[in-house]
Amino acid sequence: MVIDTLKCVGCSDCVVACQTENNVPIGYCRDWITETVNGAYPSIELELKSERCNHCDNAPCVRCCPTGASHQLDNGIVLVTADECIGCGACIESCPYDARYQHPDGYVDKCTFCHHRLEKGQLPACVSVCPTKCMYFGDLDDPNSEVSQLLKNRKHKTLAPEAGTKPQVYYLI
Amino acid sequence: MQEELFTSGRNIPNIDPSLQIWHWPISVYLFLGGLAAGLLFFAALITVLKKDKEYPAAVKFASIVSPIALTLGLLALFYDLTHKLYFWRLYTTIRIESPMSWGAWVLLIITPISFLWVFSYYTELFPKWKLKFNFLNTFEKFLQENRMNMAIALIPLSIILGIYTGILLSAFNARPLWNNAILGPLFLTSGLSTGAATIILLAKNAKERHLFSKIDLALIVIELGLIIHMLMGMYAGSEVQLEAMQLLVGGEFTLMFFGFVIILGLIVPAILELTELIGYKVPVAVPAILILIGGLVFRFVMVEAGQITRYLY
Amino acid sequence: MTTSRRKFIKISALGLGGVAATTSALNMFGANSYLDELVKQNVTKKFKRTPTYCEVCFWKCAAWTYTDEEGNIQKIIGNENDPHCYGRLCPRGTGGVGMYNDEDRLKTPLIRTTINGEETFREASWEEALDLIASKFSNIKEKYGPEAIALLKHGSPGKHLEHLFKAFGSDTIAEPAYAQCRGAREAGFALTYGSWVGSPEPTDIRDTKCLVLIGSHIGENMHNSQVQEMSDAIDNGATIITVDPRFSTAASKSKHWLAIKPATDIALMLAWMNVIIEEGLYDKEYVEKYTTGFNQLKDHVSTFTPEWAYGITTIKPEEIRKTARAMASASPSVIIHPGRHVSWYGDDTQRARSVAILNALLGSWGRRGGFYFKESIKVPKYPSPKYPHPKWDWKNIGEKYPVAQMGITSEVIKCSIPSEDNKYPVKAWMVAGTNITKSIPEKELLEKAMDELEFMVVMDTMPMDVTGYADVVLPECTYLERYDDIRSATNREPSIAVRVPAVKPKYDSKPGWWVAKQIGERLGLGDYFNYDDYEEVIEWQLQQMGTSLDEMNKIGVKNFSRTSGPLYLNENDAYHFPTASGKIELYSQELKNLGFDPLPNYIKHPEPPQGFYRLNYGRAPMHTFSRTANNPNLNDLKSENNLWVNPKVARILGLKTGQEVWLKNQDEITSNFPIKVRVTERVRWDSVYMVHGFGHTNKKLSRAFGKGINDTQLISKVAIDPIMGGTGMRGNFVSILTENPHKNTEL
Repeated sequence: MVIDTLKCVGCSDCVVACQTENNVPIGYCRDWITETVNGAYPSIELELKSERCNHCDNAPCVRCCPTGASHQLDNGIVLVTADECIGCGACIESCPYDARYQHPDGYVDKCTFCHHRLEKGQLPACVSVCPTKCMYFGDLDDPNSEVSQLLKNRKHKTLAPEAGTKPQVYYLI
Repeated sequence: MQEELFTSGRNIPNIDPSLQIWHWPISVYLFLGGLAAGLLFFAALITVLKKDKEYPAAVKFASIVSPIALTLGLLALFYDLTHKLYFWRLYTTIRIESPMSWGAWVLLIITPISFLWVFSYYTELFPKWKLKFNFLNTFEKFLQENRMNMAIALIPLSIILGIYTGILLSAFNARPLWNNAILGPLFLTSGLSTGAATIILLAKNAKERHLFSKIDLALIVIELGLIIHMLMGMYAGSEVQLEAMQLLVGGEFTLMFFGFVIILGLIVPAILELTELIGYKVPVAVPAILILIGGLVFRFVMVEAGQITRYLY
Repeated sequence: MTTSRRKFIKISALGLGGVAATTSALNMFGANSYLDELVKQNVTKKFKRTPTYCEVCFWKCAAWTYTDEEGNIQKIIGNENDPHCYGRLCPRGTGGVGMYNDEDRLKTPLIRTTINGEETFREASWEEALDLIASKFSNIKEKYGPEAIALLKHGSPGKHLEHLFKAFGSDTIAEPAYAQCRGAREAGFALTYGSWVGSPEPTDIRDTKCLVLIGSHIGENMHNSQVQEMSDAIDNGATIITVDPRFSTAASKSKHWLAIKPATDIALMLAWMNVIIEEGLYDKEYVEKYTTGFNQLKDHVSTFTPEWAYGITTIKPEEIRKTARAMASASPSVIIHPGRHVSWYGDDTQRARSVAILNALLGSWGRRGGFYFKESIKVPKYPSPKYPHPKWDWKNIGEKYPVAQMGITSEVIKCSIPSEDNKYPVKAWMVAGTNITKSIPEKELLEKAMDELEFMVVMDTMPMDVTGYADVVLPECTYLERYDDIRSATNREPSIAVRVPAVKPKYDSKPGWWVAKQIGERLGLGDYFNYDDYEEVIEWQLQQMGTSLDEMNKIGVKNFSRTSGPLYLNENDAYHFPTASGKIELYSQELKNLGFDPLPNYIKHPEPPQGFYRLNYGRAPMHTFSRTANNPNLNDLKSENNLWVNPKVARILGLKTGQEVWLKNQDEITSNFPIKVRVTERVRWDSVYMVHGFGHTNKKLSRAFGKGINDTQLISKVAIDPIMGGTGMRGNFVSILTENPHKNTEL
């Protein structure tokens, strides 16, 4: 996923859309908006980002799961099989992005890149609802995809790369 | 000035403003697990070295504590799970990259063995309560014959039990306070030290007490060394590690860490044990209990403080 | 102390046991575990989709409501073919499910009564409530005439009641959206171009090369298609210039952010005009061909140099010149955005005139990348008898403001207070779709007016603060549960959208059209409501337009081709603007005739005294004013507002982020509740900022009660725009109190 911070206005539509699409209980969220302000009036910089699970290539949450409930698909998406989750909380401890949470029903939940929509050829709910169209989703392994082209042409960054997790959500800056 | 905030009102229970997923059950389990590991290690070692007659407390009396500690620890762990009905999933697979998986399996094996170990001493420990069934008596004899095998199995198992609690935490690269390789050996040493302390408490003869005091002293010194090593490592590490160290050395956990863990839990017992070895009379229970409390507080501090340290925000 | 009849009923213990809300705890989470199971197992559910258009705000984006087999609303997704949203709803629209699920909704009609000396509401049946309303209305009609009943409204419910009122013989109708919001800019642009800006604004943002925002905070206001088009403009490399004392989100995406001193925008614009004219950067052909009054304008602005403006606005002369040149180089694809809520300081019509004049100088009106000529399609009116002619109406009430082209709410309120020289006595109100205690400033005046009324009816979906003052409260169902008029808004191309109920009304709530019809029939106006279900009206109208409800159910939005002419000005043709002269009037003879400045002038406005800070307010993209504060999904995103305070001020007063403070304004009015401070560099040191729409006083709003401050409560001083009667609200100054001022007093 590639998100253009220059266009994001922090409206939180992605948060509500995810909630209604995935029945996320109120009080919990699978994605969220962060605001970073730097500088002093009137030389100020503002960055708005929509964050979620980064579906890391070197996912510590998959590594530390004792039952294998936390697993990674071939396309890189990290999922949790609720029936196999024992609720030990190790994956929550291991995520540097605090992307996971304990669902009130007991298992651990997080962003799934709406893979139930991907199977039908649709985009994740957050990407399809964003009014500024600042979110892009696609195959990073395909050099001709929109997301690969964006990364080639624009400056970008990931969150906490020093944590060694190889996150797959890129922010254009 | 710099501001970092959540615009979308994120306030997930137990995650914001700082992680609070693991509470006292985990700290208690880590302590009890380490304790049981230490006790079983010494029991097994003494048996293998064929000195079990000389040190009865180590092999007999103190080893009663192991199964109790393990059971309580397991109950604490089970209590901490939020999806309890599915706990059996732990045993449908073994995942090598997950220290928690090793721990689950090791516990599965070592807990029954610890029970069996105690059971093998049943007649010596509880002479008054005769066993009702004959097959139990034969079973006990069987165990006594195989005690050496059990001991040989127990040595690696108890070491794994002691060290995996540390490796479990150090494998979380998202929590800078935990993410250093020293934690494994540190927890193992702490576990052995608490085990030795328990043996001292329950020892009946002076010879045993002295031996284990000496062992304990050595372990305390090693532990202090490892802690210093850990702090130095964090001090020379990246910014997040520095912040983690600040929590222990200059922050909200300083009193608990330095006060209870280092001074009361390690240095004072070491001095007391030293004085006793030199010849002065010191009530035995005092250093032992201090070590036990220190061990427990150490784990509390590590679990609580570790969850506060983070990479982002 | 006399007991006021309009005493605000604060007690929430109403014994609503009769119609107990069957809300399970799971509903509060907006989910239920059956659905969770299905998501877990990735079972694709069958959804039914119903077309609708959103009523959470006034943008009216067309959408599809997805309901599952059990009749629960799962989600609301935008209609791809809709020019208001292009398939992407904003967070309020997506969170519309929360409006439906909110268990704090009004459930039954309520009638004011006195129990044990305490005023409270009792539940009543629709029969009783409607009978009471009809009888009171007839009563007042007999005594004072039907004109004495006023309708204060907004949105779709207002439309149905407007029909009822006009049939009844009253055109005493006003909406806060005019005098408290965009009225001044409509007046300013009407005086210049002969037509309103309208809604949605015909700004061609997606093709513009330069977008100039005067205080407009696109991105924090969620005017859907504008936010989308601004994003397109950013992709195309357009220059954005933001003029705002606060570092808004739009300012963060701007090439130039002019951190202007509040209340000095007209000076800046006059200086821009000076630079553009003096340096010959204006669109000479356009001005020559389409405008009048250029020479007077040129003379007028000759003294308003950037150096002069620097002293007033604190913006450096170089910046003023640089930005003027940037705008001019983009001409004609440049937009000086007219804004939306423009009732700031009382000279707002003149400021709107400045914006209009600047646009005309740069030749953007009627040009690609500037303003297009909007068009809508007329929806035929369902046959009903002619309306009677009232003796006096909103025009009479607003006669002091001849330029006003809609009812002025504040004047209607004044007419509700009996006095010797009150020519147009208003005796009763019906309020629908607007929470006037949050939208109308000068609370004291408002409460006095409500106190004097003989009767007040409020129709709303939620127990908003305004319901506490009513004699009768009617529970309306949400937009997801009812039919409403066909939406036909102005755009690049005409389009229509339908609203079809996706689910049955919850509890005992009813649609607005039904309420209007029921009251109408009781008043003997059955002929005006010649249908049983509003579906018949919609079907008839759609047939007249060449389509049908069947077709609309499948497509949701139907686009039509333009018939009024091209989207932009054609170079070769003449164009007749609907003004008196037929041209764009840079110099306004009309204003001169009425005794006002024909060309805008800068007037100094009061500044905050020592120890006070200007109270600035704005929007948040996840809320629509006060309407959504209690919506469970949206409350989850933002449950209260924060007070933005500059770090310099925070240092002086010893404030920290998260600290609770109270505000007291220049008229000694203190806020009911505290607000949490946010120390941020984004706000100027002479002002504080908060998002509007919080600080609810009705305990029945379980999530919104007591959270944050109601800025309207602190707006006790208004500056009336003499041209169209708008109420300028940004001239209030507050001091920050760190100790609870209500500790010793009963609230």
